[in-house]
Amino acid sequence: MLRPGRWRGAAWGTAALAVVPLAVLGTFFLYPVSGMVARGFWPDGSFDPGGVAEVLGRERIHRVLWFTLWSAGLATLFSVLLGVPVAYALHRLRFPGQALLRTLIVVPFVMPTVVAGVAFRQLIARSGPLGGLGLDGTPTAIIAALVFFNVSVVVRTVGSFWEGLDRRTEEAAAALGASPWQVFRTVTAPALLPAVASAASVVFLFCSTSFGIVLTLGGLRYANVETEIYQLTTQELDLQAAAALSVLQIALVTGLLLVSARARTRGAALSRTAPVGRRPGRRDVLVLVWTALVVGFLMTPLVSLVLGSLRTDAGWSLDNYRALQTEGAGNALLVTATRALATSFEVAVQAAAIALVLGAVVAYLVSRRPRSRSGRRMLGAFDGAFMLPLGVSAVTLGFGFLITLNRPPLDLRTSALLLPLAQAMVALPLVVRTLAPVLSSIDPRQREAASSLGAGPFRVALSVDLPHAWRAVVAAVGFAFAVSLGEFGATSFLARDDDPTLPVVIFRLISHPGSENFGMALAASVLLAAATGAVMLAVDRFRVGSMGAF
Amino acid sequence: MRTRFTNVGVGLLLVAGLALSGCGSTEEATVKVEDLRGSTITVATHDSWAMADEVIAKFTEQTGITVKIATNGDGGTLTNKLVLTKDAPIADGVFGIDNTFATRAIDEGVLAAYSPPSAPASLAQYQVPDQSDSFLTPIDYGDVCVNVDNTWFATKGITPPKNFEDLVAPAYKGLFVTPGANTSSPGLAFLLATIGTYGDGWKAYWESLLANDVKIDAGWSDAYQVDFTAGGGTGDRPIVLSYSSSPPFTIPEGKTTPTTSALLDTCFRQVEYAGVLRGAKNPAGMQKFIDFMIGNDFQAALPENMYVYPVDTAVALPADWAKFAPVSPAPVAVAAAEITKNRESWLSDWRDLTTR
Repeated sequence: MLRPGRWRGAAWGTAALAVVPLAVLGTFFLYPVSGMVARGFWPDGSFDPGGVAEVLGRERIHRVLWFTLWSAGLATLFSVLLGVPVAYALHRLRFPGQALLRTLIVVPFVMPTVVAGVAFRQLIARSGPLGGLGLDGTPTAIIAALVFFNVSVVVRTVGSFWEGLDRRTEEAAAALGASPWQVFRTVTAPALLPAVASAASVVFLFCSTSFGIVLTLGGLRYANVETEIYQLTTQELDLQAAAALSVLQIALVTGLLLVSARARTRGAALSRTAPVGRRPGRRDVLVLVWTALVVGFLMTPLVSLVLGSLRTDAGWSLDNYRALQTEGAGNALLVTATRALATSFEVAVQAAAIALVLGAVVAYLVSRRPRSRSGRRMLGAFDGAFMLPLGVSAVTLGFGFLITLNRPPLDLRTSALLLPLAQAMVALPLVVRTLAPVLSSIDPRQREAASSLGAGPFRVALSVDLPHAWRAVVAAVGFAFAVSLGEFGATSFLARDDDPTLPVVIFRLISHPGSENFGMALAASVLLAAATGAVMLAVDRFRVGSMGAF
Repeated sequence: MRTRFTNVGVGLLLVAGLALSGCGSTEEATVKVEDLRGSTITVATHDSWAMADEVIAKFTEQTGITVKIATNGDGGTLTNKLVLTKDAPIADGVFGIDNTFATRAIDEGVLAAYSPPSAPASLAQYQVPDQSDSFLTPIDYGDVCVNVDNTWFATKGITPPKNFEDLVAPAYKGLFVTPGANTSSPGLAFLLATIGTYGDGWKAYWESLLANDVKIDAGWSDAYQVDFTAGGGTGDRPIVLSYSSSPPFTIPEGKTTPTTSALLDTCFRQVEYAGVLRGAKNPAGMQKFIDFMIGNDFQAALPENMYVYPVDTAVALPADWAKFAPVSPAPVAVAAAEITKNRESWLSDWRDLTTR
């Protein structure tokens, strides 16, 4: 039992610890975003909310909102339909090659959107291998690409949960004579629902704020809120309309995060020692075929990318890879692609380090269970605030950086730290979501016992939390590293041209004429996908269920 | 409930952020000429920037000034970024604002006045018209024109189109691909070419284009390299919006003539300018760079590096260009004042038409 005085001391300690990540989030996320939104609300220095409200009445804005909702809704539905059986196959069964499949599934999630955009277009352009389907420039193509990116979120979220689900309930139902279908319908499905809801709301969030995909595959006939903000800001300088949409987007994202957080709290805590899956039997054939089809769907663009990278005007060759040591045809690049890869690694190491330090603090705090209601509320808001970067327009954030962080002591626009910081903001929610469930699953009585034996909060973290969580820490670092390697949205605004990252280089290459440059872009993309895949494969060995799950 | 989320905390932080984002002041920096050696300039430009290292090295050799290039999206994004950051400029100067955005940059007060002391005579014809002060110096120009794949048309036995009217003819249905006016500067140039040709009737023209199954891509590279039949990819549309300088790049290995050509009746002339940014840290250094950009070394390197024509007409063009990349004798013209006045409404109308 803690004495009141001691508890207050702990609360103050908690508050002090919370200040660091909050200050970083405030400076590098909330301040830039609000600075940009403020430009819309104060167009000429005077407050004019009417102008923003007027925007919401425009017919075009309604169309954009409608497209955003239905395309994201359908993509979410398909991600769940495709993902849930795969989650079963990869997390409840056991067969050779399973570990590799689990990794392959995550590669699309950490791939830069530009690369995926190119890979998809190559495939479905009327001349491509799937050209006969006539998908190019249709909403179907957009939705397929969104599903491609997000299936892994469903597989990992639902899969890690499913793995930890107590099998005895199902076994009991079966023993009482329920058919497998009845067991699924009455026992498994209701238990899975929170995990499915959590995954679906996060997927919807990703889909409704997707930028690169809608821009490259939409053929401009289709615009969602994110691409519309981009158009309004970069082309029309209509900051009022951009601000209106940004505020709307933040409201939507907040709502979705609420849904996801509620779903998470309804789910049971993760079990740390997942039971070994069983060998597949005859009744699993359908699920395995389904899994093979889904993996095939996810791999097709990747394979077409690899094949494209090995082809040059003269036939099959490795020339595209050799060209990575050059600056491209017609000096398309300011540095060589290999140098850019080195920069990417360097930035990703820094970003992962920052994301880990901040993410560990946030996850540590949100896994506490304060006794007071207001304490729990504050913690909930605190947790949610760090999820916001997942869903706010990279354009708004990027421009926000330019217009707010421009004066001493915060003149960071040319600082080498800006890019790692921005990428850390993007990776932070993923780190928190990987660590928090593991920390929450630690019995609080262990910590109470330690502290009643005289251990300080730091000592408690070191001797109780760390032994349980170190695998998750390593996995989170790797995940943050992979995400940072592929990050394009915020990076494209902030990368320094004398030192670009590989995704930026790929984008530059595909925007320059010459088939050599295009081939080189494909080779660089394969390299990037391989690097992120290797990192994911390495950290996946730690079998941390919460990685890539929400 | 463990992770209950309240909007209040986020709202408060947002308000705090709003209060912090005030306005700053600008200071005009002055640098003595003898201090320029060892100094650095940052030049903001668009994504299509490409210049051989040797050319830039020559400038550094002559002046002792180091050049840093900062690319910032397409021409429109570049201009708007400069407008948004004019209180604390992100660079010393800019290269690549074109005639469709020049007046916005000037009217928004992004630029400081500068005229190079000695300029080639041919430069005058490319100046931004109706300006009392010189804020922008023309550096290069290019004609944005519809290109056709002659090999494709010869194989099919169809006569290639010649002008805007042909593009809406049933014979060419589903054959044309263009980058969008709102995401690409050649796309905007094409929209302006149709406005210059059809006046108020441009919307009707675009409706016919859409009815004739035009494909609108995000960027020039999507259109030319993925969808065009002769752009290196495996596209299936033999008519594309590109530049009058594109055909020489389609000369097959071992041959001497290109397989594509530009339709010179469909061209809009883009002029690219350079200028010194108001509030620049090293304005004198940027002025030197502008002088260099209209000099012989830089002008002669423009065609091979950026696929544009030098404003100094005395500079010799590459042999292929002289033969296969003629500029339009009479490009479609839209007055700069008209563009300034209507750019937003045109773009907005165009987007309404094309996203329907």
